[in-house]
Amino acid sequence: MHVTRRLILGASGSLALPGILHAQGTAPIRIGEINSYTTNPAFTLPYRNAMQLAVERVNAKGGVLGRQLELITRDDAGRPQDAVRLAGEMVNDQKVDVLAGAYLSNVGLALGEYAAQNKRLYIGGEPLTDAMVWERGNRYTFRLRPSTYMQAAILAEEAAKLPAKRWVTVAPNYEFGQSGVKWFKQLLTAKRPDVQFVGEQWPALGRVDAGATVQALEQMKPDGIFNVLFGPDLTNFVRQGNTRGLFEKRSVASLLTGEPEYLDPLGDEAPEGWIVTGYPGEAIDTPAHKAYAAAYRTKFNAKPMCGSLVGYALINSIAAGVAKAGSTDIEKMVEGFRGARFDTPVGNAEYRAIDHQGTLGVFVGKTALQRNAGVMTEWRYIDGKDLLPGDDFVRGLRPASAS
Amino acid sequence: MDSIIPQLLTGLAGASSLFLVASGLTIIFGVTRIVNFSHGSLMMLGAYIGWSILTRLPRDPEWFVLGIIATVLATALIGVLLEMVVLRRVYRAPELFQLLATFGVVLILQDVTLWIWGPVELPLPRSRWLRGFVEIAGNRFPFYDLILIFVGPVVLGLLWLVMNRTRWGTLVRAATLDREMVAALGVDQRLLFTSVFALGAGLAGLGGVLSLPNSSANLHIDLSVITDAFVVVVVGGLGSLPGAFVASLLIGILQAFGIVLVPKITLVLVFLVMAVVLVFRPNGLMGRPQAEAREATVAAPVVRAAPRELRILGGIALLLAVAAPFFVGDYYLTVLTDACVAIVFAASLHFMMGPGGMASFGHAAWFGIGAYGAGLLAQWLGAPMPIGLLAAPISAGIVAALFGWFVVRLSGVYLSMLTLAFAQIVWAISFQWVEVTGGDNGLLGLWPPEWARDPSVYYWMALILSVAVALLLRRALYAPYGYALRAARDSVTRAQSIGLDVARLRMVALIIAGAACGLSGALFAYAKGGVFPTYISIPHSVEALLMVLLGGLQTMTGPIIGALVYTGLADILMRSTDLWRLVLGTVIVLLVVAFPEGIAGAARRLWLRGREA
Repeated sequence: MHVTRRLILGASGSLALPGILHAQGTAPIRIGEINSYTTNPAFTLPYRNAMQLAVERVNAKGGVLGRQLELITRDDAGRPQDAVRLAGEMVNDQKVDVLAGAYLSNVGLALGEYAAQNKRLYIGGEPLTDAMVWERGNRYTFRLRPSTYMQAAILAEEAAKLPAKRWVTVAPNYEFGQSGVKWFKQLLTAKRPDVQFVGEQWPALGRVDAGATVQALEQMKPDGIFNVLFGPDLTNFVRQGNTRGLFEKRSVASLLTGEPEYLDPLGDEAPEGWIVTGYPGEAIDTPAHKAYAAAYRTKFNAKPMCGSLVGYALINSIAAGVAKAGSTDIEKMVEGFRGARFDTPVGNAEYRAIDHQGTLGVFVGKTALQRNAGVMTEWRYIDGKDLLPGDDFVRGLRPASAS
Repeated sequence: MDSIIPQLLTGLAGASSLFLVASGLTIIFGVTRIVNFSHGSLMMLGAYIGWSILTRLPRDPEWFVLGIIATVLATALIGVLLEMVVLRRVYRAPELFQLLATFGVVLILQDVTLWIWGPVELPLPRSRWLRGFVEIAGNRFPFYDLILIFVGPVVLGLLWLVMNRTRWGTLVRAATLDREMVAALGVDQRLLFTSVFALGAGLAGLGGVLSLPNSSANLHIDLSVITDAFVVVVVGGLGSLPGAFVASLLIGILQAFGIVLVPKITLVLVFLVMAVVLVFRPNGLMGRPQAEAREATVAAPVVRAAPRELRILGGIALLLAVAAPFFVGDYYLTVLTDACVAIVFAASLHFMMGPGGMASFGHAAWFGIGAYGAGLLAQWLGAPMPIGLLAAPISAGIVAALFGWFVVRLSGVYLSMLTLAFAQIVWAISFQWVEVTGGDNGLLGLWPPEWARDPSVYYWMALILSVAVALLLRRALYAPYGYALRAARDSVTRAQSIGLDVARLRMVALIIAGAACGLSGALFAYAKGGVFPTYISIPHSVEALLMVLLGGLQTMTGPIIGALVYTGLADILMRSTDLWRLVLGTVIVLLVVAFPEGIAGAARRLWLRGREA
């Protein structure tokens, strides 16, 4: 026991040394980023690539406040408890100025809790859960990506324009799936009181029994289907649905399916005419996005994914927030990030002062097949600020202590 | 209802897929007695290799069949390699060590697969004939699913022929019944084991490649498949092929109709079936009671109090631990706090597993129940931390008492599997019952009160509690109760004949272990600021096993050393490399091969050798 402990401490102590040598001052501004690199590599690896690209670009322009940015990343293995431990390492050992990251909602919430408890700044990139900025929102947590509410809101708006009256829902049975369905139902019913929800399916995350699920949905004879499945679940669902003709002559609204991470694996079986949120990728022809996509391709020899956009925008937003704060003092940074505006390849966005939600927008469009691959067509970009509910609604949800 | 027939057929297709994976697992278990955690990884490899082969072949049916055969051969070869390089070296180790080795293989294969095939899921483009359907009862039914329905029985028939009409099959059946006798009769065990492993791996590969037209090759196959396969094998009866077939039919069909009737609880449903079957038929539907393995009847060495030198070492280590906050930074204090939690976690498992003889594959359930007990009490009643820390062992203990009624009547692997099923039920509840448990978002805001917020104070509290629990467990072990418990483990019949109530002894052991583990869960929750379903996940249960087995079963210091080594190793690896799974898996495999009696066991042997020579 004696020897073991000394070994552990000795070994980890020597790993920690570089962290102690760097301190404050003219040293770089350190961003400690924690994400699910081993459990969700399809999303997080392009994300990390883009973060590195963004850091290089910011530094090439002279950094922030005359200091360079430095990015340190850690793998949370998909476990919030590990993320919290690593946040401690980042703060106490690596002396980072800003915490960032998380892919899974629970990791994002756990890091947010850590930030509030220890009075550190945490910028969540990808987690979607509404709780992160609303019910469990706090002074020290900001979130970049459009939330579950925002994504469901735009789909409900589009679905309301359809003639479909009998709707069914299919969603993975956990918090993300349940909130997605909740908001979609609530918002669609508000716009279209004549709409009926006639059934729902709740396959377990990552274990959809696609044949039986499709068969069960078919029996409900719906006009419209709202889908929240993603990843391998979606692949299985779409294949069974195609063969069994579930999607024929029916409207489908589907959360996140337009993201290349989920659309590409469907290959030539990608459904046509689904209304989806996502990311059209290199089809976006604004000069800013073209420059970004070209730089990304040159550096990594791969097409930019939705994760890449998030990673790139995350670093830009942190640079902008720190610049506006004019300091890396935590309380000053909180004030600085509130209302900080930043450029992203898809447009300008800001962190709202009222709930710390980023106004990065949502692409909504229809799926189509082009050269045997799924793409988004007829898409448009909706600024995030137009997708969020009224201020009073938000104030009602957010705890008073979060101000 | 015209939906009954299509739903039934869908269930049958699902059952066939289940059977393919489960059959390989059950054959391997029957002969080698290895609970092969890496069976799901073999299926994953089958899917990936199948993808690589089939995407390079023409898309006609005959090429498809050829590709499948090539894939099966390739995975069988990987199975042979696995058996010869890793498992062959650990057959003589206690049963559970092999499980540890196979879990190391799971970790290694995860990184290897990611490295070879990349992070993106790989679906097999379906040619026209794979997309076809037939019209049944007014519904379209996939043609490929019809094929799948037939594959299951055909494979069962072929296996039956091999098992009953060939000499090799006779040997396999004989080894399943009594492998020592087969060895005594001069059969080359090595060849038999290697070939059985090849067959099992080939079947897993077949399951993997046949799943391609309906899904994709992805990195999540391994762990999602392995639990299903375990359930089928256990429900059917370990080592029984027809049993596995009946069980996959039962579960496949139940799943298909469960989705229509109770869409929200399908995950729990499967494990409930398993629990019910085990309660009424403790050896599964068609399993026979396991022949007592002869080595196992040799009583494990008596656990003796630690020698004086070890006590002095322990005392010094404890003094260092107490003084730690004065010379290490805040981060290392949290790692040390985690280590204290891990010590209680591992020591409580050791209590029921070592002296109690009940190996739990679902020990994280108690950890989670304790954590959720404290968390819910804080959320509903605003209970302060001391109340939470008190409520955690009580709630875990109560649930353990209820669960104990089912479990103490089982033995060996069946008992382990029921604990696994129970942990999965608890996990599913915490993950899916969002209204109460918060779902995967968890219960948040569970922080220590002001006086314990300082990392040093919290660390000291965790240290005191963990040392106290370890000493209490040790005390129970050297009390008359502990001796009785060990007697019950070593020989149930002899223990009963001298008037010991074996069921009650084991029940008490389960409650003590559950309660202690519950406390560690609550300690952990307050340190991390929340409770999450990941506390109850299978990998977390396996971590407990890893710590106990790494340290060694035969001494009280074993689990403590195991907990410290594992916590330190995992922390260092996760922070220094993205390939930590590969390194950790390799270290585990190497440790198992080098120290089959665990680190503490090996140290003890070396120590004794010096004394007795």
